[in-house]
Amino acid sequence: MNPRGDSTSGSDGAAEPRRKSKKPRYSRFTQQELPACKPLLTPAIVVTTFAFIGIIFIPIGLLSLSASGQVVEIVYQYDTDCIPEQMQNDKVAFIQSSMTNKTCTRTLTVPKNMEGPVHIYYELDNFYQNHRRYVKSRSDKQLRSKASETETTNCAPEATTSDGSVIVPCGLIAWSLFNDTYSFAVNSKIIEVNKKNIAWQSDKEHKFGSDVYPKNFQMGGLIGGAKLNASIPLSEQEDLIVWMRTAALPRFRKLYGRIETDLATNEQITVTIQNNYNTYSFEGKKNLVLSTTSWIGGKNDFLGTAYLTVGSLCLFLSMGFIILYLLKPRTLGDPSYLSWNRNPDGHY
Amino acid sequence: MAGERRPRSAHLFFEMGPLSRSRSRPPPADQSPGVGRGDAGYSRMVHCNDPASPQASELNYSDNSISTTKYTVANFVPKSLFEQFRRVANFFFLIVAFISFSPLAPYRAVSILLPLVVVVGATMAKEAVEDWQRKKQDIEVNNRKVKVYDGSFSFYQTEWKKLRVGDIVRVEKDEFFPADLLLLSTNHDDGTCYVETMNLDGETNLKRKQSLEVTSTLHNEDSFQNFKALINCEDPNEKLYSFIGILDYEGVQFPLNPKQILLRDSKLRNTQHVYGAVIFTGHDTKVMQNAMDPPSKRSNIERRMDKIIYVLFASLVFISSIGSVCFGIKTKNETSVGNYRWYLRPDNSSIYFDPNRAGLAAFFHFLTVLMLYGCLIPISLYISIEIVKVLQSIFIDHDLEMYCEDSDKPARARTSNLNEELGQVDTILSDKTGTLTCNSMEFVKCSIAGIAYGSRSCEMEKAASGIIQYELCHDSPSAFERHRSEGTSKKSTKGFSFRDDRLTNGQWVGEPNSEVIHKFFHVLAICNTAIPVVSKSDEILYEAESPDEAAFVTVARELGFEFYRRTQTSVSLHEFDPKIGRKVDRTYELLDTLEFSSARKRMSVIVRTESNQLLLFCKVAYRILSAEEYIPWHDDFVKIKNSVNADHDTIVDEVADRIERDLILLGATAVEDRLQQGVPECINKLAEAGIKIWILTGDKLETAVNIGFACQLLRKGMEQLVITLDTPNINALKKDGDKNALEKSLHENVSKQICEALSHVSKMKGSNVPFALIIDGDSLAFALSTSLEHSFLDLAVACASVICCRTSPKQKALVTRLVKWRTRKTTLAIGDGANDVGMLQEADIGVGISGVEGMQAVMSSDFAIAQFRFLERLLLVHGHWCYRRISAMFPKLHQDGVQNIFFSWPRILGWMINGVCSALIIYYFTTHAIFHQAFRQDGHVAAYEILGVTMYTCVVWTVNCQLAIYLSYFTWIQHCVIWGSIIFWYMFLVVYGSFPSTISTTAYWVFREACASSPLYWLVILLVVVSALLPYFMYSNFQKTFFPKYHDLIQRLQVKKE
Repeated sequence: MNPRGDSTSGSDGAAEPRRKSKKPRYSRFTQQELPACKPLLTPAIVVTTFAFIGIIFIPIGLLSLSASGQVVEIVYQYDTDCIPEQMQNDKVAFIQSSMTNKTCTRTLTVPKNMEGPVHIYYELDNFYQNHRRYVKSRSDKQLRSKASETETTNCAPEATTSDGSVIVPCGLIAWSLFNDTYSFAVNSKIIEVNKKNIAWQSDKEHKFGSDVYPKNFQMGGLIGGAKLNASIPLSEQEDLIVWMRTAALPRFRKLYGRIETDLATNEQITVTIQNNYNTYSFEGKKNLVLSTTSWIGGKNDFLGTAYLTVGSLCLFLSMGFIILYLLKPRTLGDPSYLSWNRNPDGHY
Repeated sequence: MAGERRPRSAHLFFEMGPLSRSRSRPPPADQSPGVGRGDAGYSRMVHCNDPASPQASELNYSDNSISTTKYTVANFVPKSLFEQFRRVANFFFLIVAFISFSPLAPYRAVSILLPLVVVVGATMAKEAVEDWQRKKQDIEVNNRKVKVYDGSFSFYQTEWKKLRVGDIVRVEKDEFFPADLLLLSTNHDDGTCYVETMNLDGETNLKRKQSLEVTSTLHNEDSFQNFKALINCEDPNEKLYSFIGILDYEGVQFPLNPKQILLRDSKLRNTQHVYGAVIFTGHDTKVMQNAMDPPSKRSNIERRMDKIIYVLFASLVFISSIGSVCFGIKTKNETSVGNYRWYLRPDNSSIYFDPNRAGLAAFFHFLTVLMLYGCLIPISLYISIEIVKVLQSIFIDHDLEMYCEDSDKPARARTSNLNEELGQVDTILSDKTGTLTCNSMEFVKCSIAGIAYGSRSCEMEKAASGIIQYELCHDSPSAFERHRSEGTSKKSTKGFSFRDDRLTNGQWVGEPNSEVIHKFFHVLAICNTAIPVVSKSDEILYEAESPDEAAFVTVARELGFEFYRRTQTSVSLHEFDPKIGRKVDRTYELLDTLEFSSARKRMSVIVRTESNQLLLFCKVAYRILSAEEYIPWHDDFVKIKNSVNADHDTIVDEVADRIERDLILLGATAVEDRLQQGVPECINKLAEAGIKIWILTGDKLETAVNIGFACQLLRKGMEQLVITLDTPNINALKKDGDKNALEKSLHENVSKQICEALSHVSKMKGSNVPFALIIDGDSLAFALSTSLEHSFLDLAVACASVICCRTSPKQKALVTRLVKWRTRKTTLAIGDGANDVGMLQEADIGVGISGVEGMQAVMSSDFAIAQFRFLERLLLVHGHWCYRRISAMFPKLHQDGVQNIFFSWPRILGWMINGVCSALIIYYFTTHAIFHQAFRQDGHVAAYEILGVTMYTCVVWTVNCQLAIYLSYFTWIQHCVIWGSIIFWYMFLVVYGSFPSTISTTAYWVFREACASSPLYWLVILLVVVSALLPYFMYSNFQKTFFPKYHDLIQRLQVKKE
C-alpha cells in the first residue's frame, strides 16, 4: 500500500498487522480531522464588522459623489423641439418625408466650465437595442473578413437585396444605424468634432475587418438609417462600430465624438442638428448630451448615494447591536441557555 | 458472456406428472404438444450422474453461472440512459437540449448539452463501476473450482459455472457448495455431515445433514460408475427450510427431505468430504431465489428534493408564462400607431416575432424563456449530491473509531443515499440477541444440590451499581475502560467467566455434596451434541449447535472434565477421578441421542460407562437405567426413528418421552448472554440526544426487562407500564377453548390495558416522570390491530423506552412500519440475524451488525457496523454532518436564482426570499450605478456585455461569500473551493476573453479592455456584493444572538473552552 499512509498514521499508534487487516488507513482527510478554523460571530466581531463596513463605505460614497459632482453635463432633448410647429401633429410624416427640411439649429448655454475633452453623446430612450431579434440580426463573421461575406445567417430580412446579392454589413442593427448629425459653433466659429477613437480598440482591430467594404447597403426598398461610404472599410466606420455594440437597456447613450477644446462658463454653443432618425413611430426620445468625465466616468450620483446609505445603515446597525447587548446581555457560551438546561428534568 | 440472466427453462420432460401446469412459472415458450406437463410446482427432473443424456439435455436447465449485475454490455447504454432520464430534471434538460438546436435557443446548444452530458456521463460511469465490481465478484464465484465425476472412475476439477444439473460432485472440508446438492454420501459410514449456513440465514451453529441410507454406501470414486438415479422434486423456490422430492433409485422410490439437501453458499464443516448430486443450479438455487433486490429506499431529503424540483418547475413555468404573455401583447402591438418599431421590421418578420401571429410567437417565446430560465432547475444538483454522498460513505467506511479490532470489521455504508437520514433519526428499533448482547453465552452461576455457586455478578447487578458510577464519572472514560479491560482479561478463556473458589481448581472434591457435583459435571460434559476441535495452540474448542451448549462444555472443561473426542458411537473425556485423585481418560459409549426440539425443550443422551452402567443424562438431571428397561425401548426407538411417516417427529418425541422419566435433579445452571462493550453508555448518549429506543426481542418478558435494566433502557425512577396477556385469569380463559370468544375478550383486555395506561400517562404529564412501556407479543398482536394501533402508538410515543418481548420477526417488521407511518419521523432498525431482515428493510434506515452472526442482516441493511456502540458515532457524528452538508448543497449551487436549503419548508422559503432579495439588489444596484453615463474616464459607455460581466461578477462574489458566511467550519478545502471559484471566474474572463472573437464573441476583451481599468466596475462590485449579503448577515446575526440554535451555542462553548 501507500507507504505514506504509514508515516502519517502517527495517532493510531499501534502497529497494526498490515497483511489482510481491513482496518481503514489513517489520513486526516478520511478521519475528518483537517485543521479547521471555525470563525465564530461573537457580538464583538459583528459590531466591528458593521462598523468597519460603515467606516469604509462612507468615504467611498463621499468620494464618488464628489467625482460625479465634478462632471459637467448638458442634456438637450430635441425630438419634439426640432419639429416645426405645423408638423407637431404628424411627426412621423415629417420625418419620413424627403421633402421636409430636417435641419434644426439651437443654442445651448454652458452652465459651468467644461474642460476638454468634452464627450458628445446621443441618447435614445424607448429604443430596444436589446430585443432578441435585433441583437441577433448581425453577422460577426461577415463583419470581420471579406472571405465570409456571404455568411448572413441571422440577418434576414436584411441579408440580401431583392436580386439576391449580399448586403454588407447585413442585419437589422446595421440597417437601422443612427443618422442624426450634429455640428457645433461658438460665436459663429465652428468647433471641431473629433470622431476618431469613439469605438473600442478591440472592435476596430479584431471585429471589423479592414478589407470589408460596405456593399449594397441601404439599397433595398426600405431605407432604415444612415448610409455608409462604400469606399471606407468597416474598421474605420466608427459610428457603425459604436452603434453595433448594442445597449443593454432601452435608454442608452452612444459616443458621437469629442470636442477637444474647453468650453467656458456661460458660453453659447450653437448646435446644428440634422434630425433624420425616426424615433417618432415608436415614441422614442432623442437627446444630445455634452459631458465631461472624471475618474469615475460620467455623471451619476447613484453610486455615491448608495455607498453613503449602506455605510450609514451599517454604522447604525453596529450601534443598534451595541445597545441591544447592553439592554439584554448574554454571556458567551452560557450553557444555561440550552433548552435542556432550561427544563432540568425534561425528558423527551 | 455469462452475464445474461437466462429465462429459466420451462421445457419439461415428464411423463407421470398429471394435471395442471405450474402457475409460478411463465408458460413454456417452446412447449410442443405431446411433451409432458409438470405437476404444479413439482416438475423438476434430475438425471443423477447422467447430465449429458438426451433426456437430461432436453430439460435444458440453466447452467451454474450466476449474474448479479444490473446491466450487460449490450443493454448498459440504453438501460442506464433510461434510468437517468427518469429523473424529472434530467428529462427536462434532455428536451431543452433538443430544442436548443432550433433557432429558439437563447444560447448555443453546447452550453446546455455539455453540463447534461457531464452529469449523465458521470452518473453512468458510477453505475458502470459499481456494476463492474459486481461482475468481478460474479466472475470470481463462477470460476471457483469443484471436483466433478467424469463418468469413468475419477473426478476432475472444473469451474462452478460449468456444473450441470445431475452432475456428481465431491466437496471437501471447509469448501462452499457450488449448487444445491442432494447429499449422497460422506466419509462417515452413517452418511452424516455438518454444514454451516451462515451465508444463508446468519446462524453460526452447525447443522447436521444426513444422507439416505441407500446412497450412503457410495463411498469411493469407483462406486459411481454404475450409479444412476432419477430425482423428481419441487421447482426452484426461495424456501430455505423445505424441500420435497422423490429419489427413484434401483426401481425404488425414496422420499427426500431437507436433511439431504446441501444449499449453495453454505459450507462443509467437520467432515472430510461429501458426494452430492446437483439439483438446482445457478439462479435456480435457493440462495439465489432468495436474493431479491432489496426495496429501494429513498431518503426524506431526496423525496423533498423532488418536491422542490416540482416547485421550481412550477415557478419556472409561471415566470415563463408571464414573460411570454407580455411578449405576446408587445409583439401584437408592434404594428400599431405610435408603437411601430420599424428597426425590428415587424412588417417582414419570422414566425417567432410575427405581430400577426402573436399567439404563436408567444408560445415559441415561452419555449425560449423556459430554456433561458432553465438554470432555475439545478441540473448538477443530483450529481453533486451524489458526489457528496459518496464522500460521506467513504468517511463512514474509513472511520477508525468505528473499526472493530476483534472482528477486523470496519463500518460499511451500503446505501449512500441515506447518509443524511442518519442525522434525523427519531426512533431506534433494536434487536436484542447479538445486537445489544454478544450472543456468546457465559456460564455465570449454578446451583448444585441446593447450594448456589458462582461469585461473578451478572449484567443486571452490574448495571444497578453501574448507574451510580456512570453518573459520577459522567464524561471520564473510566466507565468505558472498565468494560474494555474486563473484555480483554476474559479473552484467555472465551465463554468462561465462572468464578467460585469452592469449585475451581479441583476444590469441589471437598464440598459436602461432591458426589452430586461429580454427576453434575458429567452431565455438562456428556449431554451435548458439540464437536471438539483442536485449535492451533493445542487447545480444545467446541463447535456447538447453540451457544449455551458451548458454554456448558467449556465450563466442564475448565472445571476438570475435558471432553476431547467424539466419534459416531462414543464420547471421550479427560476427567478427574476423586477416588484415584488424578486425571484419567474415560470413554463413554454413546447409545442414543434424543435430540433437542423446541417442542420438547430438552435433549438427553443415553450412554454406557466403562463399568457397564447404563445412564441417561439430561440437563441437569440423570437416571440409571437397567438393561431390561433399556433394551426394549431401544428397539422401539430405532424402529420408529427409521420409519417413514408423516408425523414422524411427533412419534419420535412420544417414544423419547417414555424413557425421560423419573429423573434425579442435580441442580440448575445460569447462563448469561453478555452485553456488548459500551452498550449502556451508547444507549444513554442516544437517549440524551433525544432519540427514542425500542427493543424488539423474542425473549420472555422477565428476560427482556432484565436486559432493559442492564443496558440502562430502564432506570430506577421510571414508571413501568406493562401490557401483558400472561395473567392467571387470561390463562384460565385460554383453557376454555372457544376461539372467537377468547379472541374478543383478549382484544378487550388489551384495549382496556392500553386505555388505562394512556389515561395514567396523561394524568402524570406535568410530573416529568419518564415512562417505560413493556408489552408482550400476544398483546402486541392485538395492539397492532387496526382498531387499537392508534392508541397503542400514542401510548408508545409518550414513553421514553419501549420493550416488546416475545415478538416474531413479522411482528418486528409490523411494529417498525407502524412507527414509521404513525410518527412520520425517521426510524432506524438495528439487528444482526436473519429474523431482523424484515425489520431492517421496513425501517427508513436498516443497520446490520456485522459481528459474529452471519451476513443475512448485513446484506439487507443500509449500514453495517461491527458493534452496537458504534451507532452513537454513526448517528451523532456522521449523521449530523451528512445532514448539514447535504442541506448546504443548495446555497452553494444555486444562490443566484432561487436559494433553497435546510430542508424545512419555512427555511426553504426563507432562502428563496433571501435569493430574491439578493437578485433584486444585484440587478437594480448594477443597472442604476452603470446607467447610461460614461463608464470610464475616456468617455466610453457600457454596452450589454460590460453590464453582463459586471452583474455576473457580482453574482459570483455574492454566492461564494454567502457560502462563506453560512459555513461554520473552514479547512483548506473550503478555502480552496470558495476563493478558488472567485479566482476561477476572473481567470475565465481573461482566458476566454482572449480567444479569437469568433469563439468568445461578446466576451472578447471585455474584462481586459473595458472592466479591469474602470474604477466604476470595482466600486460597483464592492457595493453590490456587500449590499446583497447584508440582509442575510443581519438576519443570521440577529437570530444567532437572540434566538440561537443548538449548534451555534455548542460552537460558542467550544470556542470559550479553547
